[in-house]
Amino acid sequence: MLRVDVEKRLGDFSLSADFAAERGITALYGPSGSGKTSVVNMIAGLVTPDRGIITLDGVALFDSTQRVNVPPHKRGIGYVFQDGRLFPHMNVRANLDYGRRMSGKPVDDARFKNVIGLLGIDHLLDRRPGSLSGGERQRIAIGRALLMQPRLLLLDEPLASLDTARKAEIIPYLERLRDEFALPMIYVSHSPEEIRRLATRVVRLDNGRAEGVSDILALPTVTL
Amino acid sequence: MFTLTQEEWTAIQLSLWIASIATVVAAPLGIAIAWLLARKKFWGKALLDGVVHLPLVLPPVVTGYLLLISFGRRGPIGAFLYETFGIVFSFRWTGAALACGVMGFPLMVRAMRLSIEAIDRKLEAAASTLGASPLRIFFTVTLPLALPGVIAGMVLCFAKALGEFGATITFVSNIPGETQTISAAIYSYTNVPGGDAAAGRLVLVAIVLSLAALIISEWFSRRAGMRYHGE
Repeated sequence: MLRVDVEKRLGDFSLSADFAAERGITALYGPSGSGKTSVVNMIAGLVTPDRGIITLDGVALFDSTQRVNVPPHKRGIGYVFQDGRLFPHMNVRANLDYGRRMSGKPVDDARFKNVIGLLGIDHLLDRRPGSLSGGERQRIAIGRALLMQPRLLLLDEPLASLDTARKAEIIPYLERLRDEFALPMIYVSHSPEEIRRLATRVVRLDNGRAEGVSDILALPTVTL
Repeated sequence: MFTLTQEEWTAIQLSLWIASIATVVAAPLGIAIAWLLARKKFWGKALLDGVVHLPLVLPPVVTGYLLLISFGRRGPIGAFLYETFGIVFSFRWTGAALACGVMGFPLMVRAMRLSIEAIDRKLEAAASTLGASPLRIFFTVTLPLALPGVIAGMVLCFAKALGEFGATITFVSNIPGETQTISAAIYSYTNVPGGDAAAGRLVLVAIVLSLAALIISEWFSRRAGMRYHGE
């Protein structure tokens, strides 16, 4: 279980988030500029909160009173960025394998085949990221994060840079991920439609404040 | 017929050797300083930047003279290196390599720094979430992406070292077989009657080598673009 209770000043904007996330997809929902990305960056360790605690399965990743701040590479948290961020100098296979190599885990062919099968990227392994479509790149970014065997997966608007058809292409993969892996996920989005389809629970972020967990059914109905 | 005398060959080989050693030894230091200047904020950064670039704007004779009084046998650094490691710079090819390395250093650091600055730091953040320590990020993401610029910088340093004259002749003189590079040999030939033919041949060699270095450098910069845009 992930427990987050942090505060951070960003310019003249102050962000405070207090919520917990368990198995399934926890959506971080709110308008643009409400600090959603900053919250996931704090969970990943890329941004340091001013105050508060972040614990994962009871272990502190950040604790301002105990001066604990585990660096990102030791957190074991997968992160799918909005802009993919595949390594342009490596082919798809090397990108997918990067997390395993860096953490020194043994080769796990079964898991590799399972993930590339699930994401439908088996035919892309020898390609370079520069030659792929936006949807393919995002699927590989998801695969890369999964293959590091994370304890938690962060997805920061993974569909925001894609058109409607590409979004529809990826959503079923995310649904399978949610249903087939026992992996807690934080899903950042400002799209009620995506959240309706994917989220197990919703944390609302408004004016820099995230409080508790709200019901998915309370989301406004907007069609894409 | 275009045939080179033994003395001319010696000058060419010595030039290539000195420029290679200067480039290879200076490269790791160049990468480290380029990375510091591109990525870190620290006290004295402007000063370091200035000192690195100084050989570019100082008269080469001044650089050579400064090397002579600091790295000469009785200079503070030269004396220390001789007494502890037995390394001698004055009037040796090692001194020529040092002078060439110092003169080529600013060009090398500039090219390397630009290529490191051009790297999207978000890729390094992504690598850290995938479990890579800062050191491994440098070797698996930063350095490979900067590599075309790093190699271009090395080629520029090599080309500069190949043509270096002022600092070298001031520091280690013009001794055939030891410190007489192509430039110094051309200078000597133009000062003796009937040396025009030999000087002409070495001028041709210098042009070919410099042109080749520029073409190789250009080729690597174009590869840098291809790396980012896939093939």
